Amino acid sequence: MTLPPPPVLELQGLQTHFFTHGGVVKAVDGVDLRVHAGEILGLVGESGSGKSITGFSVIGLIDPPGRIVGGHIRYLGEELAGAPERRLQALRGKEIAMIFQDPMMTLNPVLRVDTQMVEAIHAHEKTGAKAALARARDALAMVGIPSPEERLQAYPHQLSGGMRQRVAIAIALLNRPRLLIADEPTTALDVTIQAQILYEVQKLCRETGTAMVWITHDLAVVSGLADRIAVMYAGRIVESGATADVINRPSHPYTRGLVDSIPTRATHGTLLRQIPGMTPSLLHLPQGCAFRPRCAHATAACLAVPQAEPGPAGKTVRCWNMLVAETA
Amino acid sequence: MDTLLESPPLLQLKGISKRFVKGVDLAGRIANLLGARHRASVVHAVADVDLEIRPGEVIGVVGESGCGKSTLGRVIAGINPPSAGTVSYLGKPVAGMDAGERRAWGLGVQMIFQNPMASLNPRMRVLDIVGEAPVVHGLVKASQKAEYVGALMRQVGLDPDYAQRYPHQFSGGQRQRIGIARALALKPRLIVCDEAVAALDVSIQAQVLNLFLALRREFDLTYLFISHNLGVVGHVSDRVVIMYLGRIVEVAPTETIFSAPNHPYTQALLSELPTLETTRRAYQPIQGELPSPLAPPPGCAFHPRCPHAMPRCKVEAPLLRTLQPGHTSACHLNDPPT
Repeated sequence: MTLPPPPVLELQGLQTHFFTHGGVVKAVDGVDLRVHAGEILGLVGESGSGKSITGFSVIGLIDPPGRIVGGHIRYLGEELAGAPERRLQALRGKEIAMIFQDPMMTLNPVLRVDTQMVEAIHAHEKTGAKAALARARDALAMVGIPSPEERLQAYPHQLSGGMRQRVAIAIALLNRPRLLIADEPTTALDVTIQAQILYEVQKLCRETGTAMVWITHDLAVVSGLADRIAVMYAGRIVESGATADVINRPSHPYTRGLVDSIPTRATHGTLLRQIPGMTPSLLHLPQGCAFRPRCAHATAACLAVPQAEPGPAGKTVRCWNMLVAETA
Repeated sequence: MDTLLESPPLLQLKGISKRFVKGVDLAGRIANLLGARHRASVVHAVADVDLEIRPGEVIGVVGESGCGKSTLGRVIAGINPPSAGTVSYLGKPVAGMDAGERRAWGLGVQMIFQNPMASLNPRMRVLDIVGEAPVVHGLVKASQKAEYVGALMRQVGLDPDYAQRYPHQFSGGQRQRIGIARALALKPRLIVCDEAVAALDVSIQAQVLNLFLALRREFDLTYLFISHNLGVVGHVSDRVVIMYLGRIVEVAPTETIFSAPNHPYTQALLSELPTLETTRRAYQPIQGELPSPLAPPPGCAFHPRCPHAMPRCKVEAPLLRTLQPGHTSACHLNDPPT
């Protein structure tokens, strides 16, 4: 028997805290995750749930007053939490790449696309200018940009929003990363453009075996894309498992509430089953389970923090009163 | 539905167009003297739109960014005057209204905007944001303002004790509720909601959508619900209007739009709508992007992206045709073969 290969990314009890004047903001507080090669993990949560900070922690982009205060980040078994900056720099943009929500954050507005792409290649490898340009062109073609030769000559402002995001994705793919972290890359795009990008990204992951973490607030986007889903609430993962098991048979009351909150044609004319209240401030989290004040199933046990326990269908659930599977 | 079809329209649009013109600037005019050919650039944000809004219904307007849906909403709310066409409120064209009727139109049609931080004055207290207009228009006496605002705040799910607070002291969902209270304060018949829930988190969005439905029942409201999200529109609307590059391409009852979409663009939008289905969808997404409204393609504006495009689509713009009562679509595929 051979040991299975280590997951591309493994987070264990990751804690990223921000030490502000108002107090300690526990943006990420004990997150466990695993992503294997060729797998797409959807990390879902509302604003302030810590999903983006989890992504930034992996790639080492946490600035003061933020700090990773505990836990492990293992990339192919190698510990990245507390790794020297030089090592992180060698990995960033080469083996681990990130796509951001706003492509104008990634792209330099005063440099042509080809300059930026060749720069990204030369930062990690010594190749000739011609070879680098050819690779840049191939990357653009791979993400579905028509006439890539011409686009290489363009400045970012000459491209539409969808095109810019494709260029940002192409830059992330330039050095054939093994792990891709995508932070809401389609949120600002129109539905038809979003569908095009989702389609391309899914194809790329299958073909190249890249592991991906897709961070989003929209359960509907990842339900057709991800292999597994992890739902975050107030800095913790409350439920994770195979996509179908999480969405069709949610075990955590918060996941259930999220699924019920999505308006569709089927809910026409009826009131949505809404979650009462709002997301708590991370500075003043309620005692015990952070979802307790909004939860219809809360009991006295919820005053203690629930641990991540194995749930039905191989899921991991953080709840004292897991929902019994009911057909949705 | 039949009764809805028969009742007279609350608001009617006939041949509405809205053009935004950017003239040639001084440098351009000088260059023109030297032989350059700078022309004024014209954006046809809304082109030739006919629409009837009947009392009590919820109309969803769906389209991608730049399709003119927000401009249409602003024309209806009277914020931007149309470049051509007539808006009629309660059967009377706006152009021929006397002062009293014009005021009734202005108060009767209110708007809720996408970004409450940009549409609420940050230096005014909630009491004044909500209460100023009804006092100015004589709907309530100044002495009863606090009471009136308090009642409205309760109706939209805000604690009346917060009336002395400023907008920045509220969360995003609460701010949107202030915007709703402000619109309700003038006792409107029609509310234009321009992406009113787009910026909210899913759980908050559900709360606000529920509030919209509850208020509709309570005040007998009519909504024009503008959104890019077909899921939201399918949830709230009775009828759906699909827009593409300033034109209406399809209008139908919500059921029909989802079960039997006619226009290829509507079909594409529906197949690309993310849903909670966990089966991996293996479709070929629609190609290309929305063309610039500065230079719309000739003929049918959708033809460069349309899988069914014919030579005719490149020259001749299709007209809206009635397929069934209440269901119209603008596509050459519906024409009888000649």
